[in-house]
Amino acid sequence: MAVEVTLPSDREVRVKRAFKAPRTLVWDAHTKPELVKQWLTGPPGWSMPVCEIDLRVGGAYRYRWRNEADGSEFGSSGIHREVALLERIVTSERMEGFQGEAVNTLVLSEANGVTTLVLTMDFGSKEARDGAVATGMTDGMEMSYQRLDALAAGRA
Amino acid sequence: MNLDATFAALADPTRRAILARLAEGEATVMELAQPFAISQPAISKHLKVLEHAGLISVGHDRQRRPRKLEAAALAEANAWLERYRQFWEASYERLDDLLETMQREQAGKPSKKDRK
Repeated sequence: MAVEVTLPSDREVRVKRAFKAPRTLVWDAHTKPELVKQWLTGPPGWSMPVCEIDLRVGGAYRYRWRNEADGSEFGSSGIHREVALLERIVTSERMEGFQGEAVNTLVLSEANGVTTLVLTMDFGSKEARDGAVATGMTDGMEMSYQRLDALAAGRA
Repeated sequence: MNLDATFAALADPTRRAILARLAEGEATVMELAQPFAISQPAISKHLKVLEHAGLISVGHDRQRRPRKLEAAALAEANAWLERYRQFWEASYERLDDLLETMQREQAGKPSKKDRK
């Protein structure tokens, strides 16, 4: 059940993962704030104190993470562009400290009690994507969190 | 290094199989074509893609022109995405735990998670 990460185009990253759970629960875990807060907590040492989700087309969402050690925070927010119950959610996303907007497409499918999640993130440009991937999705978060030496080596 | 070319090259199962074969040692086009049910020109096409991505190169033997793996390029491509992958893996492992709890609560008994 390992995560598969692929680059379907210049601007995108795709994450694929199977879960031994029915789709309804995986859907709930992505759309109910009290559940999202329990797992989308960011890197080790971070928590997710703010999670607001207005699950309607045009409805907003707002996430905030906090580093428990130094109190630094990082946020992202956006709008729901498409919501197809149990199947598909398309959101726009703006991350604090970043230019531009990403478009995230979450697709869930279920077979034999296993739910497959495919999350495609379109960062709008190759530069934005490479930057986001290189820093582990949450650039601002990771930057304040730990040094990026290993990473710089990986991109050279 | 062009990471997009690298990942495009890695996206194909035949090309991944070719890389796996080359990980055991260099091989000629004919040797590489053998285990696959596709023509030698088709294999050559895959090899071109892999070569363009810097994942393989042509060995010194001018007659046999063996292909060999460029392990450093492959390692670099892996390292680039590894950190990102780890971030999601850690997140999804927490989600696994949450889903298990949810299923237990829904079933009202702890045996539910063992059911398939």
